[in-house]
Amino acid sequence: MNFPLFLRGVLVVARKDMRIYYRKAPVYIFGLLLPAFLFVAFFVGRQLDISVYFPGFLAMTLFFTSSSIGPLIVPWEKQAGTFERLLSMPVSLTTIILGDILAGALFGLLISTLIAVFGIVFLGLSVTNVFLLATLFVLGNACFAALGELLSSTGGRTPSNVMMLSSLIRFPLIFISGIFVPLSGMSGGVAVIAYLSPLTYLVDGLNASMGQVSVFVWMVDVLILLLSTVLFVFATKKVLRRNLMKGL
Amino acid sequence: MTSAVDVVNLTKRFGKLLAVDRVSFEIEKGEIFGLLGPNGAGKTTTIRMLTGIMEPDAGSVLIEGIDLVKHPLEAKMKMGCIPEVGNVYQDLSARENLDLVGRFYGLSKRERGSRSEELLAVLGLSDRGDDYVRTFSKGMRQRVSIACAIIHRPAVLFLDEPTEGLDVHSRRVIIDLVKKMNAQGSTIVLTTHNIEEANRLCERVCIINKGRIVAIEAPEKLRRAYESIQAVEVAFDGNVDASWFAFGHVSNIEACGDKWRFCTDDPDEAIKGIVKVAEEKKAKIISIATMGPSLEDIFVKLTEGGI
Repeated sequence: MNFPLFLRGVLVVARKDMRIYYRKAPVYIFGLLLPAFLFVAFFVGRQLDISVYFPGFLAMTLFFTSSSIGPLIVPWEKQAGTFERLLSMPVSLTTIILGDILAGALFGLLISTLIAVFGIVFLGLSVTNVFLLATLFVLGNACFAALGELLSSTGGRTPSNVMMLSSLIRFPLIFISGIFVPLSGMSGGVAVIAYLSPLTYLVDGLNASMGQVSVFVWMVDVLILLLSTVLFVFATKKVLRRNLMKGL
Repeated sequence: MTSAVDVVNLTKRFGKLLAVDRVSFEIEKGEIFGLLGPNGAGKTTTIRMLTGIMEPDAGSVLIEGIDLVKHPLEAKMKMGCIPEVGNVYQDLSARENLDLVGRFYGLSKRERGSRSEELLAVLGLSDRGDDYVRTFSKGMRQRVSIACAIIHRPAVLFLDEPTEGLDVHSRRVIIDLVKKMNAQGSTIVLTTHNIEEANRLCERVCIINKGRIVAIEAPEKLRRAYESIQAVEVAFDGNVDASWFAFGHVSNIEACGDKWRFCTDDPDEAIKGIVKVAEEKKAKIISIATMGPSLEDIFVKLTEGGI
C-alpha cells in the first residue's frame, strides 16, 4: 500500500467532512443539545454532588458528540449524489471510513475538552490522572466516532432515518452504562448488561481519572475501548462494503 | 506501448443477474472511446468498475499499465471521472470544490489556485467561483463537475453521460473542453445515450447489450459493415399513405418531419419502386436522397439482436 497516498486521503476526507458536516443542524441537535437536556433533566432540582456525576456527564457528551457526525455523512452523500464521485477519487473504502471517523472524533474531542475545562475552571473539579484523561478522550472519541460510522454504513440514503436508527442504538446505551446509576451500585443482570457496553468503560475510566470511584483497573477500561474501536472499524468496513452501492 | 485502458474478461454479477459478462477491450492512448448501449445494458456497471467505484467479480483493469484492483490508489491517480451520479458538494463554492479535489490528487496550493482560476475562466464561471454550488443551475453544476474531474490533468478521463439533460450552451462548453483535453493527450472514455454525439466525438465505439460486447469498431467502419441497413429519404408535395409503398426491398417506412424514410437493402430498387408509386398516385416528389446507415440504425439493430 502507498502509505503517503493513503494518509493524504484520510486527511482530505476528514477535512471535507469538517468543512461540510460540522455545520449541519442534526449534529448540534443530536450531538450537543440532547446530552445537555438529558443532564439538566436529571440533575436540576435534586441534591446531587456534581463531582460524582460530572465524569458520567462528560462521558455522555463525548459519546453523543463524537457519534453524531458519522451517521450523517454516508447517507447525506448518497442522497446528494457526491458519494459516487468520492469513491472515484484516489481513496479506498478504508480511507473514507478513517477520514469520517477522524472528523467525528475531532468534533467530539473539541466539545468534550471544552466541557472538561468548564468543569475544572468553573466547578472546581479536579483531575487526578491527566494522562489517563487524555488517553480516554482520544480513545473514547475514536471509538464512538467509529460506532457512528458503523451506524451510517447500514445502507440507507435518508439522513433522518439513519439518525433515528442511531438514536435508537445510542439512547439505551447511556442508561445502561453507569452515567445515571453509578457502576458500583449495579449488581446481577444489570451489571452484566452494563459490562457489554463500551461506554461503561469510558465512564469508569473517567471516574478513575477524576478521583471518583471506579470499578475496573484503568488499563482494562483503556484496553476495552481500544478493542471496541478496532471492532467497530472492521465491522464498518465489512458492512459498508456490502452496502456500498445501495442508494447510488 | 502500454495501452491507456486494458480490460480483460471483466465480469460483474448482482445475485442471479449477470450484469457484465466477460467484457474485454483495449483503449489506445489519446483515443476517444465511446460506450453505447440501451438502458440496463451494463454500461454504468462497466464504467464503475473501470473507475474503481465498484470491484469486479472477475477480470482485470489496467489503467496506464497499473492494475486497478491491486493498486487502486495509484491507478485512480491517473484518471479523472464524472460518474453518472457525480454531483459536486453543494455546500461548498465552486472554488472550494476544486480546491478539495486538488487536495485529493496532491496538488500544491499554488497549482490548485492557478488550475482553479484557469478552469473557472474556461468554463465561464469566474464571476461565480465563490458562490455556493447549490445556487447554480444544472448546467453550471455539471461544468464544475467536469472542472473537478480534470483539475489534475488526468491521463484518462471517464465521463458517464456527461451532457445528459444539459442546455445547448453547457453541452457545447463541455464537448469543447473534452476535445481540448484529448488534443492535449488525455484518453477519453465516455458513455452516452446521444448517438450523434458519440458519432461526432468517438474514434471507436463499443456497443454493449445485456452485459456483452456486440460490436466494437470505428463509427465509419461500423456503417460500412452494415450497409445493408440503408435508407432513401423522400419529400413529397402533399399527403401520401405509407401503405402505398409496401413492396419488396423496403423493410420499414417512417415519417421524419416533412420527409419519409424508406429503409432498404437495395436503394436502386427502392427508388424505382417509390417513383413508380408516386407516378401512379400522382404524388409530386420534391426531393430524394439515399442515406447510408446511421450509427443509430446500427445501434438499434445490434441491441435488438436483428443482425
